[in-house]
Order: sequence, then structure tokens, then C-alpha cells
Amino acid sequence: MNRWSYIIMRVLQVIPTFFVVMALVFFMVRLLPGDPTSAILGERATEAMIARGNKELGLDKPLIVQFGVFVGRFFQGDLGDSINLKVPVFRLILERMPVTLFLTLYASVLAVLLAVPLSFVAALRRDTGIDSAIRGMFQIGLSMPVFYIGLQLLTILGARWRLFPIGGYGETFFEHLWYLFLPALTLGFNLAAILMRNLRAAILEVLQSEYVDFARAKGLRSSLILGKHVLRNAVISTVTLFGLNIGGLIGGAVITESVFAIPGVGRLMVDSIFGRDYPVIQGLTLTFAVLVSLTFILTDIVHAQLDPRVEVA
Amino acid sequence: MAAPSLVASQPSSRTRVVLKPSLIAGIVIIGSLVVMALVPQWVAPYSPTNFDYQAVLQAPSMKHPFGTDNFGRDVLSRVIWGAQVDMQIALFTTLFPFVFGTLVGAMTGYYGRWLDAIFGRIVDIVVTFPFLVLVIAIVALLGPGLNNMFIAVSAVGWITYGRLVRGEILTQKKAEYALAGRVMGYTPSRIIFRHLLPNAITPAVVYWMTDMALGILLGSSLGYLGLGAQPPTAEWGVIIADGKNFMTTAWWISTFPGLAITVAGIGFSLLGDGLADLLRPKG
Repeated sequence: MNRWSYIIMRVLQVIPTFFVVMALVFFMVRLLPGDPTSAILGERATEAMIARGNKELGLDKPLIVQFGVFVGRFFQGDLGDSINLKVPVFRLILERMPVTLFLTLYASVLAVLLAVPLSFVAALRRDTGIDSAIRGMFQIGLSMPVFYIGLQLLTILGARWRLFPIGGYGETFFEHLWYLFLPALTLGFNLAAILMRNLRAAILEVLQSEYVDFARAKGLRSSLILGKHVLRNAVISTVTLFGLNIGGLIGGAVITESVFAIPGVGRLMVDSIFGRDYPVIQGLTLTFAVLVSLTFILTDIVHAQLDPRVEVA
Repeated sequence: MAAPSLVASQPSSRTRVVLKPSLIAGIVIIGSLVVMALVPQWVAPYSPTNFDYQAVLQAPSMKHPFGTDNFGRDVLSRVIWGAQVDMQIALFTTLFPFVFGTLVGAMTGYYGRWLDAIFGRIVDIVVTFPFLVLVIAIVALLGPGLNNMFIAVSAVGWITYGRLVRGEILTQKKAEYALAGRVMGYTPSRIIFRHLLPNAITPAVVYWMTDMALGILLGSSLGYLGLGAQPPTAEWGVIIADGKNFMTTAWWISTFPGLAITVAGIGFSLLGDGLADLLRPKG
């Protein structure tokens, strides 16, 4: 099987799962106490208004028909309207999503920049004070809640020392980098800890493997061995871990955006919960599921490209 | 006597269990937290909810080692009472997942076929959602609060245990002792519960420790966002949220409960790592 059919197959595999996901989200919202119409119209709605609203929303039709309409609309990019903000949910998500994507990518880059050099140092200086210090720092980071790291960074570096802005997102690309540095660091720290733990183990394993012994015996310079063999393996494990942890990263973004008052989809989710804005919650849950599925596919493909041992069958 | 050394080494390695310092540290940390959770009224110097307007926003001192908050409540006492809530969170976000996930994993691993196929599809669906987003979505539907949070986490959390135990059972059931059990005509439930599970459950038990730390992280995060425990409950995340507006003037309100979460997390990891060493088959 060649590369393209592997990619197409991976995409096709996701489709049935995704239909079940949609059904789940659809019926979950239908399980709510009270009907969506009264939720939309508010407490002062009369019986007649609710009946008319039900008809408009198609809620008088059988559930299965409603689900069909829901799926059909979803593929046209129609996720309904926000109850509180009175705009299409799709447009709302489209507006806020770039902020969250920027934050998440930024955090991942920072995590790699932190984890790769430190894990090399830790592995090469194994069981020394430096190794323990690096591992200890990340162990503490893993045990610290994201919102707490954020709050401390915000207070110390933002409010007290005034090194960084204490909220917002900025206008230009460089302002984004500047405004989102502390949030991205907050969000990336957990990922860095996970990456670093696995990278260190991976590097140690590679260093002890026969082909590195062989490369050394051939007289290759250590830096070359490390660069070529170790790094390649390290990158593979990083890609896999990134895929596995994308869910945690998105969850972390929800919290980070709340702490730093960043106008992304995570903050939107929390606001919608307090505003009982069910169409937005429903749309966001689906969007996150799409994002995670896409990331899974992407990491699988990248993994297959990097690792010759992966069978594309 | 083909291998006398093997026979001789068996009992000595069993009787002389050497506890590593890290495991002892884990036991001490979690042990103290359990004591605080069980009898906070004996440990805490003050009431966690009593207002004292004579002692508002006091910095840490001998009288109030962790300072006081904007209502004059003693932060140390609130952190100690918080252990009660957060240790409950650790237990109740993981107990059902551990038991149910282990059962499902054992069943699907042993019987395979359609049971396994159904489990596989459920796993596919659940991993599609970011855990926190799914929990938040369920809490959004059920309404904020601790009980709804337990329901939400339990609905999702059992999957990990199921996968762990299923994998172990798949390997164990091919072992000779399992075949022997079948040849002896033992019932499937006897083979699963008396023979396979004791050998397959170690990774799940070790993960349980990590999961309790994750449970506290999740519970305090939801508490901070206002979706978990509700004020004035002294939950660590809630206390941090209470103090966040005073961070520049009274850092101690939020900082100490955050350290409590971190220490609890480290305690559970040490305990988990130590158990993994202890329970791993020797040799």
C-alpha cells in the first residue's frame, strides 16, 4: 500500500467514529432538563411562543429526522445560533479559533524548545546533580495545576515586575508572540515535562543500543551519532506524544485562556457554560473532536514518514 | 535440582522487602494528607469558615503561619480542611473507573470477539474528545458541583483502566497456568478473578496512584473555574480562586493551597513509582 492510500484510509477510518460522536453530542443536549426552545426564549415565554419556536427549530419532528437535519447542517457549516451573543455559532468559533490555535502551537514550540536540550543534558549527564535537578523541576511542574502556574507567572512576571502584559492578545504577529508568551509557557510546561521524561528515556535507550555502539566503533564522531540517530528517534517519540497529548493541550488551553483573559475558544466554552449557551457548547465540543481526530491522523502520517519500521498497511 | 539458586533466591527476595526512600516519602506525604482529611478538626488551629474582621489579610506569622484571607479566615486551616475535600476528589474520581474499568478490561481481554469490538469502538470515540473538554461539557449539562463532576469523570475515566487491564489479560491468558486452569475445568470467572487478575492488575494499581493526582488537578481546576466544588467549601482550587484578586497584595491566600496541590501530586507519583518497583515481578 502506498503512502496516499494509507492517508486516505486513515481519514476514512475516522468517519464512522465521527458520526457516533455527533449522535452523542446531539442526544446529550436533548437529555437536558427542559427543552431548548424555552432555554432560548427565556423564562417569560408563553406556550404559544414555545410551540412556534419548536416549529421554527424543527423540534416538533421525530428525533431521527432532527438528527438528520443536524448532520446536514453541520456539513454546511451551520451549527445554529448562539443564544446569548445572537450570532451564528460557526462564525463565533471561526473568529475565536485562530487565537487558540496560535496559543496551542506556540505552547508546543516552547515545550519542544525546553524539553529537547534539557533532556539531552539530563541523559548525557545521567544520575548527576544536573540530571536530578532537571527531572525534579519537571516532576514539580507535572504536579502543579496549569491555572496555578499561570497565576504565579502572571503575578510575578506580569504584575509585579511588569515584564509582560497581563492579559489580551495584541494586534500584530509579533504582539501576539509577546502577549501570549506567558500563557504559552504556562500551557507548554506540562507538555514539556511529559516530552522530557520520555525523551530522556528514549535517548538513554538509543545510546545503549547496538547500532550506536557500531557507529562509535566505525569511528563516527559523538556529535554526529547523536545528531543523526538519537535525534531522529527522539523526534519520532515526540511526534507520537504530541498526538497523544493534544487533548490535554486543548483542555489546558481552556484553563489558560480563562486565567489570562485571552479571547479564544477555550474562554468561549467556559463563558458559554455560565451563560447556559447550549448551541455554543455543542458546536465547540464537536469542533474539538474534529481537531483531535485531525491531529491523530496527522501524527500517524508524520510518524509513518519518519519511522521506517511502521508498516503502512 | 536443576536450578537451586533460583529456588533459594525466591523466599529471600520476598521476605526482605527494601523500601526505597522515595516510596517512604510518598507514604509519609499521602499518609499525612489522609490524617488531615479524616480529622481536620484535630489538626487545624482555627475554623475554616469563621470570619474574623479583626484579622483581615494578615501576612504569614507565628499566629497564622499561612496568613489570613480577606474575611480573616486562617489560610492554614482552610488548606487543612481542603485536604478533606481534595482527598475525596482523588478517591471518588478514580474509584468507580478503577473497579469498572478493571472488570471491563478483564472481560473484554478474556472473551474477546464482539465484546472486544464494542469496547474498541467506545475507546475510539472517547479518545476523540479532549478529556477536560468532555468533562466540562458533561458538567455543563448536569450543572456545576462536586457530585456532577464525579459522574462526569467516572463516565470517561474507566476507559484507561479498561485498556491497561485488557492488554495484560491478553498476555496472561496465553500463559501456561491459564491453560492449565482451563484444562482442570475451572469456570471462566474462577480463572479470571483468581488466576489472571492478580497477575494482570499491577499496571492498573500503579496508574490508580497517578490518576488520583490527576483527579486532584482536574478537581481543583474545575473548582478554580467555578464548575467544581462551590464556595465557601474549602477546596484547594476554590481557595486559589478566592485569593486570585489579592495576588499582588496578599500572595499567601492562593500560593499555599497551590503548593498543597503540588505536594499531593508529588506524593501520589512517588507512591505510584514505589509501588511499581515493589509489585514488578522480580528476576
